[in-house]
Amino acid sequence: MTKRRVVVTGLGMVSPVGNTVAESWDNILAGKSGAAPISHFDTTGFSVTFSAPVKDLNLGDYLSPKDARKMDPFIHYGMVAGIQALADSGLEVTEENAPRIGVAIGSGIGGLPGIEKGTQAYLEGGPRKVSPFYVPSNIINMISGHLSIRYGLQGPNIALVTACTTGTHSIGEAGRIIEYGDADVMVAGGAEMATSPTGVAGFASAKALSTRNDAPERASRPWDVDRDGFVLGDGAGVMVLEEYEHAKARGATIYAELIGYGMSGDAYHMTAPSEDGSGAARCMENALRNAAINVDQVNYINAHGTSTPAGDIAETQAIKRVLGDHARKVAISSTKSMVGHLLGAAGGVEAIFSVLSLRDQVAPPTINLDNPDPACDLDYVPHTAREMPLEVALSNSFGFGGTNGTLIFKRP
Amino acid sequence: MSSVEERVKKIVVEQLGVKEDEVTMEASFVDDLGADSLDTVELVMALEEEFKTEIPDEEAEKITTVQQAVNYVNASSE
Repeated sequence: MTKRRVVVTGLGMVSPVGNTVAESWDNILAGKSGAAPISHFDTTGFSVTFSAPVKDLNLGDYLSPKDARKMDPFIHYGMVAGIQALADSGLEVTEENAPRIGVAIGSGIGGLPGIEKGTQAYLEGGPRKVSPFYVPSNIINMISGHLSIRYGLQGPNIALVTACTTGTHSIGEAGRIIEYGDADVMVAGGAEMATSPTGVAGFASAKALSTRNDAPERASRPWDVDRDGFVLGDGAGVMVLEEYEHAKARGATIYAELIGYGMSGDAYHMTAPSEDGSGAARCMENALRNAAINVDQVNYINAHGTSTPAGDIAETQAIKRVLGDHARKVAISSTKSMVGHLLGAAGGVEAIFSVLSLRDQVAPPTINLDNPDPACDLDYVPHTAREMPLEVALSNSFGFGGTNGTLIFKRP
Repeated sequence: MSSVEERVKKIVVEQLGVKEDEVTMEASFVDDLGADSLDTVELVMALEEEFKTEIPDEEAEKITTVQQAVNYVNASSE
């Protein structure tokens, strides 16, 4: 059976550096950070007092107040990105095509702020004070649910949960669903808003976060010697994936082709990456095999690059192991230096940045990379974006539990 | 202080996301104001909170219009 081809025909994003794809991308290319002190709860007693939040999003432009009230913030962000992506695709949902259009938007953690509020209501007032919307406003598959209800999308409806690899796996699996023939169009990506008090406290206790409280914009510094952890970010990245002939027949704008997808498990530790990067390497190898391309065809890597001491070294070693001599010729950057780590949404926004890098022939920068760690000696496009010919872009995500995912996009 | 009627209507507007002029005394939460079964449960919880009372489930099921909600509050505070 010949593989059905999958292309990207719509993009949507809410991020710490913009509430649309265009605004976010402009700020990424300008090297702007979205990190800021936390203002949505009292951080007294917290070792980490900043994050990378979504700013000034006007929900009323997308959702009625009645609907919005029944959704935790991660659902708001996922819905906004999904609505934008569908609008961008120009796809018209009809009675005929609706059963062939599905949704796969996941989240790493889900409705943590709502779970906290519901727990508090229970502790203060007992079971009768727990809202009937406590469950449906916080569970992870509800972005896929709400989006399908809003547009009448009757195809496959799923939500994957693989920590920081959620967005990447969602897009990869959605691509497979189209390849296999179960759908012609999939709306896929990830959303996250886990910067609630217990979310921030939990990641801080795990020593995963940067504690550079006096300079939030300088905190996410992948591969720099002074990196000290990641910056929690909020937002969502969603793309419309479509079978190639289907997209061509309706004259859709094709951003890129999804040519490769790979996965692997570290089988090593709850939160630490395998030290030699072997898990990440197997993942990239699987994606390259799936794409049926040679390593020297890869021009750009949007790295996982979280700015943790161990993770950045492991990924560097993995890239060297897989790409060999070509590792030194490929442009690598971490857009997390600007948007922070969006956990389950990271793969969504980073897949979009990868696709846009192909469209605009420009590699986004890694900001704050002032003094590269000697163990991290590849070309990370420091400080400023770089215009260059790009045909193939690869995007990595690695998550707690040792769950890895890699996507490969090609210029149409 | 606002009347019971005004306070009930304000809660209905907030909970169901409807316009004030739609919330007539005869309006049915489900048939006229677009509430589903979960909305009505939460609406009753909001009434309990506002009027510092506890509405048993069997009573709550009988409250289907604005008038019935007002009547219940008035009766329970007598």
